[in-house]
Amino acid sequence: MIAIVLRRLGSVLLVMLVVAALSFLIFNFLGDPVNNILGVNATLEEREALRRALGLDQPTWVQFWHFLERAVVGDFGISYRNRQPVMDLILSRMPATVELVLCATVLALAVGVPMGVYCALRPRGVLSRVLQMVSLIGISIPQFLLGMLLILVFSVELRWLSAFGRGEVVEIGWWSTGLLTDSGRKALIMPVLTLAVFQISMIMRLVQGEMQEVLRADFIKFARARGLPDRAVNLRHALRNSLLPVVTVVGLQIGALIAFAIVCEAVFQWPGLGLLILQAIEYADFPVMAAYLALVGFGFAMINLTVDMIYLFIDPRMRRK
Amino acid sequence: MTAPALEVRDLGIVFDTRRGPVPAIEGVSFAMARGEVLGIVGESGAGKSLTGNALIGLLQAPGRISAGSIHLDGARIDDLPREAQRRLRGKRIGAIFQDPLTSLDPLMTIGDQLVETIRAHLPMTAAAAKQRALDLLAEVGIADPASRFGQYPHQFSGGMRQRIVIALAIAAEPEVIVADEPTTALDVSVQAQILALLRRLARDHGTAIMLVTHDMGVIAEIADRVAVIYAGRLVEIGPVAEVLHAARHPYTTGLMSLIPSLSRREERLPQIAGAMPRPGQWPGGCSFHPRCPKAGPRCALETPRPVATDAVRVACHLFSGGTAAAPAI
Repeated sequence: MIAIVLRRLGSVLLVMLVVAALSFLIFNFLGDPVNNILGVNATLEEREALRRALGLDQPTWVQFWHFLERAVVGDFGISYRNRQPVMDLILSRMPATVELVLCATVLALAVGVPMGVYCALRPRGVLSRVLQMVSLIGISIPQFLLGMLLILVFSVELRWLSAFGRGEVVEIGWWSTGLLTDSGRKALIMPVLTLAVFQISMIMRLVQGEMQEVLRADFIKFARARGLPDRAVNLRHALRNSLLPVVTVVGLQIGALIAFAIVCEAVFQWPGLGLLILQAIEYADFPVMAAYLALVGFGFAMINLTVDMIYLFIDPRMRRK
Repeated sequence: MTAPALEVRDLGIVFDTRRGPVPAIEGVSFAMARGEVLGIVGESGAGKSLTGNALIGLLQAPGRISAGSIHLDGARIDDLPREAQRRLRGKRIGAIFQDPLTSLDPLMTIGDQLVETIRAHLPMTAAAAKQRALDLLAEVGIADPASRFGQYPHQFSGGMRQRIVIALAIAAEPEVIVADEPTTALDVSVQAQILALLRRLARDHGTAIMLVTHDMGVIAEIADRVAVIYAGRLVEIGPVAEVLHAARHPYTTGLMSLIPSLSRREERLPQIAGAMPRPGQWPGGCSFHPRCPKAGPRCALETPRPVATDAVRVACHLFSGGTAAAPAI
């Protein structure tokens, strides 16, 4: 058990090194930091001085080592555009995105799993057919379209919800949350829906497919032969055995959404990481991009680690050494 | 006189298809006394497992019971509502399936599976149910039940898992157990242990066991009586010794001659010419007549009814009127 965890941690380290190398490459070799800081009119002496001050005259691997040293303590330099430490910038944007994505995921699980179970148990029912059709639309509709439709209906026509921003937020330490104010909660509704529709559809189809497979298994037939009530057979035995792939996919989805809820954040002007990276790309703000890449890699590695731990928890067969 | 533990009367099962119902079982009748082991033999697709599934109320669509009745201790059970049938399953009719490796939920400890089964049928506290689970494990021959209780199915061998499956099947002391090929997936030495265990259950608890198999060796080892099914019909039923050594129906005779023996070595293993027809393709009359060496004109025209000759009941014209010739019209 502990050996498995240690091995996983080892591979996390390896992944992080590779990601750090990539982000170092972006940081150092895309664009010229000296130009970016001094502007094009600086003299040669000024350039040389800054080059030495930044350590750019040293061999690449020494530079990489310094980069790693700084990255580990969260120092990714100063944003070209905002003149703020990159890390502060990212941390100030993170709560908005994390809240948005977690709300969407909780909603998707709460709605998608029961729908999937229902469709698996009654694959020929009228409601199942309707749900399957709707989920097909949910999977195919582009997010920007869905977001704009919601804005059109709820902001422009009905005037119920504000079309942009997070509303009022409350600061708790460095974290800012919109969940504690009315306007914050209302502001979450449309962006969350926009993200959740795809996830609901996907989780529903995944649960349905897996569970139909499991329902054909011998141990389900035997569970019925033991005279267990339908509820126990369907939920305790069939659903539990269907959940492993759902855990994997949901984990990856959370990672992908935190990193790239870009479209949704752009449509609703949500002040999160997606907007930040969009602006960074627009202004060729390389320190932000490099830090972002490293953090996204770190986030994915952590999520995968968590998914593996959940696997160990759910499936006893994986606990063997 | 008490009612038999289980009685099947004139059972018919059909598969509903787009072209109408196709019969898969027709006119099957038999009874089992308490503590009796009844072997059901036949080729794959003859309808052995189907009969077993009908008894435990787990026929899967498109299959359904179309005729006849099933009686448990004298009371009819096949027409009970779904929920009432569910309550009978596991409590009064237990089941054991072929593959012990896949019969247990891999994500739940065997102890929890036993406790949930016990508490589904018997009003017991969790502690009492656990004690009963430990007793059951001991009874089916699991060494050190207390430490095995919290283990998962993958931590047991195939034979051990089949013992656990049996413990689950007898958790609520059912009167009847349907065992569908319980030893087929096990190796021979383990087979013998499992069969001995089943035999002991029948003797000690008076459980009637219906043992579905295609292995004559298994039948010879533990069955009291044996029923032979061919193409959905019961062709012969009687005490094991009679049927095995003095088979009456030509199909049974054929089956017996197929058992390879050590005393006579043959170059080619014998076989019955032709193949068993699938449901929907049964010939008229006796379904065995196209392959029967003794078939006469009457066999193609008229389905033979089972007739009792001594302790054996056989469905063949050779025994109903003594002739396979065409009936006088």
